[in-house]
Amino acid sequence: MAEFSLPANSIVKKGRIFEAPATAKNTKRFKIYRYNPDDGQNPSVDTYDIDLDTCGPMVLDALIKIKNEIDPTLTFRRSCREGICGSCSMNIDGMNTLACIKAIEDIKGDVKIYPLPHLDVVKDLVPDLTNFYAQYASIQPWIQTDTPPPPDRERLQSKEDREKLEGLEECILCACCSTSCPSYWWNSDRYLGPAALLAAYRWIADSRDEATGERLDELEDPFKLYRCHTIMNCTNACPKNLNPAKAIAEIKKLIVKRRN
Amino acid sequence: MSLRTPLSNAKGLGSAKEGAHHWWAQRLTSIALVPLTIWLAFTIASFGEFSYDAVIVWMQSPLVSVALALLVVTMFYHVQLGVQVIIEDYVGGWRKVASLIALNFACIALTFMGLFSIIKVSL
Repeated sequence: MAEFSLPANSIVKKGRIFEAPATAKNTKRFKIYRYNPDDGQNPSVDTYDIDLDTCGPMVLDALIKIKNEIDPTLTFRRSCREGICGSCSMNIDGMNTLACIKAIEDIKGDVKIYPLPHLDVVKDLVPDLTNFYAQYASIQPWIQTDTPPPPDRERLQSKEDREKLEGLEECILCACCSTSCPSYWWNSDRYLGPAALLAAYRWIADSRDEATGERLDELEDPFKLYRCHTIMNCTNACPKNLNPAKAIAEIKKLIVKRRN
Repeated sequence: MSLRTPLSNAKGLGSAKEGAHHWWAQRLTSIALVPLTIWLAFTIASFGEFSYDAVIVWMQSPLVSVALALLVVTMFYHVQLGVQVIIEDYVGGWRKVASLIALNFACIALTFMGLFSIIKVSL
């Protein structure tokens, strides 16, 4: 059910301010959401003034600079720093995106950084993705066949059929799309969300998979699939420029197609 | 406290294996409502006079009364489908069940009221 007001202990307080060294000429202000489950305090927004002349170009560079040089308690996920692992997804300047491929110079004014919306926060910028991953597992994201594989080689797929997976198989499960979706905010306990549905369609569209009907059976549900109202935030948010809204529309079309 | 696994939570009660009919009906009724509402809006706008007798005579034409009846049925079906989605989105628990029952009763009652009025006037 939709929650419109924050619980009392979620109200965000003003936090500490870390000023840039006096020698810095080119500074940018970063306002970052902080929450520590161990100290019993409400979350706060800490302010860090960063000298851009001694910082890399991306938002993730600034976060790493803060952690290394200013405040080692700042907690966030990161790994590949090149937009392929999906770890550093967060809400930057009001949009869900990857910190490692978001340029600081593209942001006007202060850089506001929050965790992905409407998930439980583990600490600072680290949200709890347990349910998100479980929903991905629930669509059974692996090939399912009755025909055994050929004994002497891999399962074949034509070039045309392989092309149908373009724009689907590149998903890195960063959760930017699902956590930008209002339907997912209100009903993530039952709605699978754009990321899991895109992954489901990736296997429905795969010419080698033989479980298309069962997959559509599992998705045809007022909540699992039809909570999607084509709001398109998912497609807007995707840092890999994929189109989950279109994948969901294709699933809906196939379900209608097999009835008529 | 629950020791259910995350996967068990995500699977929930499984698929209801329905929803396609609702989705398709919502689209069909929207398509049908486009000509019906345009027709009604233009006809009313082009009325010369709004006297009681003139409107009664207009409504008694079989084409008009059938179109009005179609409009009433399609519109309240569309309302029921659309508001149901909003309730399912935002309301939970017993309130959801209560509002869905109230919605269905209201839409069916309003449909029959509209149909009865059209029949009464046009006969």
